[in-house]
Amino acid sequence: MTGPLRIERRLDTPKWLRLAVPLMSILLAAIIVGILLAATGHNPISTYHQMYSASVTADGALTSTFVYATPMLFTGLCAAFAFRMRTWNIGGEGQLYMGAVGASATGIMLGDWPRPLLIIAMVVGGALAGMVWACIPALLRAYLRTNEILTSLMLNYVAGFFMYYLIFDSSSYWRDLTTPGATVFPTGKTLVANASWPGITIGSFTLPMGFLLGIGLAVGLLVLIRSTRYGFEMRVMGDSPQAANYSGINTKRKIVSVMAISGGIAGIAGSSQIGDFGHVLDPRGLQQAQYGYTGIVVAALALYNPLAVVLVSLLIGGLTNAGFALEGPSFPTGLVGTMEGIILFTVLGGEILARYRIGLRHRATAPAGVGATSGAGLPS
Amino acid sequence: MNSNIVLAVLVSAIAFGTPLVLAGLGELLAERSGVLNLGVEGMMLMGAVSAFCVSQKMHGSTAVVLLLAVLAALVAGAAMALIHAFLSITIRVNQIVSGLAITIFAGIIGLSSYLGQVWNIGGLAGRHQFNGIDLFGLQNLPIVGPLIFNQDAFVYASWVLVLVVFYYLYRTRPGLYLRAVGENPSAADAMGINVTAYRYAHTLVGGALAGLGGAYFTLALAPIWTDGLTAGVGWIAIALVIFAFWRPDLLVLGAYLFGIFSALGPTLQTRQITVLPSEFYSALPFLMTVIALAAASTSWANRRVGTPTSLGIPYTREEG
Repeated sequence: MTGPLRIERRLDTPKWLRLAVPLMSILLAAIIVGILLAATGHNPISTYHQMYSASVTADGALTSTFVYATPMLFTGLCAAFAFRMRTWNIGGEGQLYMGAVGASATGIMLGDWPRPLLIIAMVVGGALAGMVWACIPALLRAYLRTNEILTSLMLNYVAGFFMYYLIFDSSSYWRDLTTPGATVFPTGKTLVANASWPGITIGSFTLPMGFLLGIGLAVGLLVLIRSTRYGFEMRVMGDSPQAANYSGINTKRKIVSVMAISGGIAGIAGSSQIGDFGHVLDPRGLQQAQYGYTGIVVAALALYNPLAVVLVSLLIGGLTNAGFALEGPSFPTGLVGTMEGIILFTVLGGEILARYRIGLRHRATAPAGVGATSGAGLPS
Repeated sequence: MNSNIVLAVLVSAIAFGTPLVLAGLGELLAERSGVLNLGVEGMMLMGAVSAFCVSQKMHGSTAVVLLLAVLAALVAGAAMALIHAFLSITIRVNQIVSGLAITIFAGIIGLSSYLGQVWNIGGLAGRHQFNGIDLFGLQNLPIVGPLIFNQDAFVYASWVLVLVVFYYLYRTRPGLYLRAVGENPSAADAMGINVTAYRYAHTLVGGALAGLGGAYFTLALAPIWTDGLTAGVGWIAIALVIFAFWRPDLLVLGAYLFGIFSALGPTLQTRQITVLPSEFYSALPFLMTVIALAAASTSWANRRVGTPTSLGIPYTREEG
């Protein structure tokens, strides 16, 4: 017995279903969240209206939606790229922190460089730091088959404490020790004006440079995955590690390079946090936002498609923006994650509905003696 | 003086290790049935917030309130596990993604935080909590007194649970079936074992135990609710199952070892011994988890590893 539901793979998914299912999933999520809101004494309709206004139509709302969407675009790409090969880099959070550490060090050190070079250096500095941090779980996974989900996740906490140590508990290179208040209220060194990235301003709306960089990166990744040998090998490994092994792909090197690229992308999220927005290493601010973990939500909702990540990052960025703007008794902070979770549930479930045909099991099922297992196993 | 510190670390290692024992046992049962549950952190937070709410809002004697609080935690954890079970067992969503979704849904910026705010219990001091019991009147014995005979009911319950799970896995027929389901679901199915039912049941029990582990924070360790108070313990519990080779006996040892790593910082800090920065001690359990996971995947360890063969793989009969 395997339960009353009968699930079989569709041979091909009709086009209308591919569009209808995600839309219905999001609608269903909105209804479930509405019920939760009503059950806890809030008016769902007015809450949704407030959210829309706070993330799109209000003064400066769209600009600040992009502020939240930019890091999520990078961390979303970080997760989407690695997950596509079933390499589960959950370390985007820590790689972002290390990227911010690397980019601010570069920005402080090379403050007298001409602006374009300085900005490039900060991008590279953040990317390298994220890469190095991602290489720890990558090497362990490739050469010892250590579970990369858990190691990359543990290193998020380690990176968080490391960042704290740099600013709050040491006289590190990153900490500002010159102002009289600096010992009472520890802060990082503020970067020179040249180190702030130029955004594109149209009227009252500002598009951060990081977001443009992220779009470019998304296109690049799409090409890499779809039309290069590298991407082909990635897809083979994602679908069947054994087949990849037999066909002579160097799976170990592949795992390390994919995780390193993934970590590098999250590192650039850190660069953008310093260059686009913060201009100073702020451990509390970076940790509070949970951009790395949110990137996993973005990647999963985008079904690991880099271009879809761009759109989904705006959706979740808008949701987060609304969450921070409306924060208060009528809109508790936890609502953002709750909504993200419910959207995930319905979209993930809907995805399966689109690919499989679900019906009730017939009574007279053939007595299939031997079952089958499918999918890829997990590393120990 | 030095032996005092060692004892203090060991005593608080038991406190810090207890949620790891509870959540770890839950994860062990789920994984033994072939279901990887990465939602433990979220389930623990749901257990913690539900238990604390009951202990704040219910009126009655401490014993009754605490019992209800524990029940609430079990139910909250199991409810989260039911979502995971439905997604990963019935409609076969990738278990890794489903588990992560649970942790985001219920986690630090999710439902647990939302409920904490709706119920308005953030920052309140606990009204009821589990206290140490003077077991057999032996709490004043040197060393073993504080270590073994003066723990709270939670700790004793966790010890009993370890024995129960050990006995269940290796000495009972359902335990044998459970291991069969995790190792080879199609063979188990052919034997007439209901694979789906086994997976559901053990995922739910696993979630309930994670909820219980979360309740330990708000009912015993430090009776207060703050968002995300488990701070990664759920993840360490998942790792623990791996380097305990899916065995309950090794899991307890590992849990208390990690209890020591967690206890080191706070104990040294209260005695104002600052050799290394406090951030190092805070990061220590996570660093040690990485090292332990790496050690458990060396070839020496691999010979004795007990990964359930079907872990993470949805089961489906091949039929027309």
